[in-house]
Amino acid sequence: MKVTIIDYGLSNLLSVQHAFAHFGAEICLTNRPEDVLAAQLLVLPGVGAFRDGMAGLERLGLIEPIRQKAGEGTPLLGICLGMQMLFDESEEFGVHKGLGLIPGRVVRIPDKDADGNPQRVPHISWQGLIPAEHRDQETGFAGTALEGVKPGQECYFIHSYEAKPAAPEYRLADTVYGGRRICAAAMCGSVLGVQFHPEKSGPVGLEILRAFAKLPKA
Amino acid sequence: MEKGHKKIRLIARLDVKDENLVKGIQLEGLRKLGDPNAFARRYYEEGIDELLYIDIVASLYNRNNLSGIVRRTVDEVYIPVCVGGGLRSVEDVRAILSMGADKVAVNTAAVKRPELITEIAKAFGSQCMVLSIQAKRSHSMPSGWEAYYDNGRAHSGYDVVEWAKRGQELGAGEILLTSVDCEGLRDGMDLDLIRAVTGAVTVPVICGGGVGCGDDIVDAAEAGADAVACASVLHYGQETVQELKEEIRAGGVEVRA
Repeated sequence: MKVTIIDYGLSNLLSVQHAFAHFGAEICLTNRPEDVLAAQLLVLPGVGAFRDGMAGLERLGLIEPIRQKAGEGTPLLGICLGMQMLFDESEEFGVHKGLGLIPGRVVRIPDKDADGNPQRVPHISWQGLIPAEHRDQETGFAGTALEGVKPGQECYFIHSYEAKPAAPEYRLADTVYGGRRICAAAMCGSVLGVQFHPEKSGPVGLEILRAFAKLPKA
Repeated sequence: MEKGHKKIRLIARLDVKDENLVKGIQLEGLRKLGDPNAFARRYYEEGIDELLYIDIVASLYNRNNLSGIVRRTVDEVYIPVCVGGGLRSVEDVRAILSMGADKVAVNTAAVKRPELITEIAKAFGSQCMVLSIQAKRSHSMPSGWEAYYDNGRAHSGYDVVEWAKRGQELGAGEILLTSVDCEGLRDGMDLDLIRAVTGAVTVPVICGGGVGCGDDIVDAAEAGADAVACASVLHYGQETVQELKEEIRAGGVEVRA
């Protein structure tokens, strides 16, 4: 299986590449529209600011190719900023349009917790993944890339903004920070976004990447 | 919704000189301990939450020598890696991120030119920019601590609490706070320092210097630490990561399984 990782100049891509290579995937690291259009599986990684990420995709002419592939049903995984860019828009440094592949928007994590006490932003923590509220709390990840995750298993989060999917059906996994649920994974058709970094989440994260790409166990 | 207990991250700090893992006391008197990659790999397998590599002679030579070590680490270690020591520019940061680092810890260059904090945060995001502060007790500073650099050798003239607040305003997404007074002694952390800094900023604070057992980490978490960096207690084989984590849980603080 070939995994096409989109490089728009913002992040450490080595760990994502290594993680897929760990399971024997062939990797295509690219910033070219034609490679995106030819992809079997797409990964959109990223850290940093939303505006800069979208500007990078725009400059490289990648926005339409990514949308086209998602429309055709090619599996697409967005990680961290890559997940946030799957949504309609973000309010980070002014309102900026996203890829519009999952209905919803991206907002700043509140600086107060559910009890009104100050909480740290950015949110940097290993936090447990739990099925979103409308899903079965035991088997809610079945049939998705998260199916190897036992509810409560922890992944590494580092973010100052959080996605708010427009409807519960787009919400796959949540995590709890400061007494509130934060969207940890969102999906719409073949498009999946994860707020945490599976490539930095030890064996739990690696299993998510393996399952996403349907690679054999290492 | 259930809020649960405070959760902390447990970080292994690996000070590197040339190709060796080293450890000193109060950042002096370095002893060679071996291949840093072997230690990193072991801590990963034992369940450490994050790795922190510091090239501790880098600022003397004006360059960071960790590229090769970081590159090898991320071949087999799938957790966050922060790298510090001798990083002076956006280009230096870009180079080490391209080797697989996720964040950088900057001290000396930020003291000398605080705008660098903003430049790094703008180029790679605040989450990437960790301001490293070496704190030493000082009667001449309003908070009671002065920020040092060059491994606790050089005075910055900055008050630690004021510098932490300014660093956050300039764009630091996290602060690495090391107590030079307690460093390497394994005799508990400077809890007053932890309280003073964590109470003054809203970004997460990684606290280091003085961890000798799990209870020290529990105390630090209760004082406000979001993460604790450990070195001697792990490097000398006194405790494994899992043993430390069990002690932390027994003390009523959450930590990753």
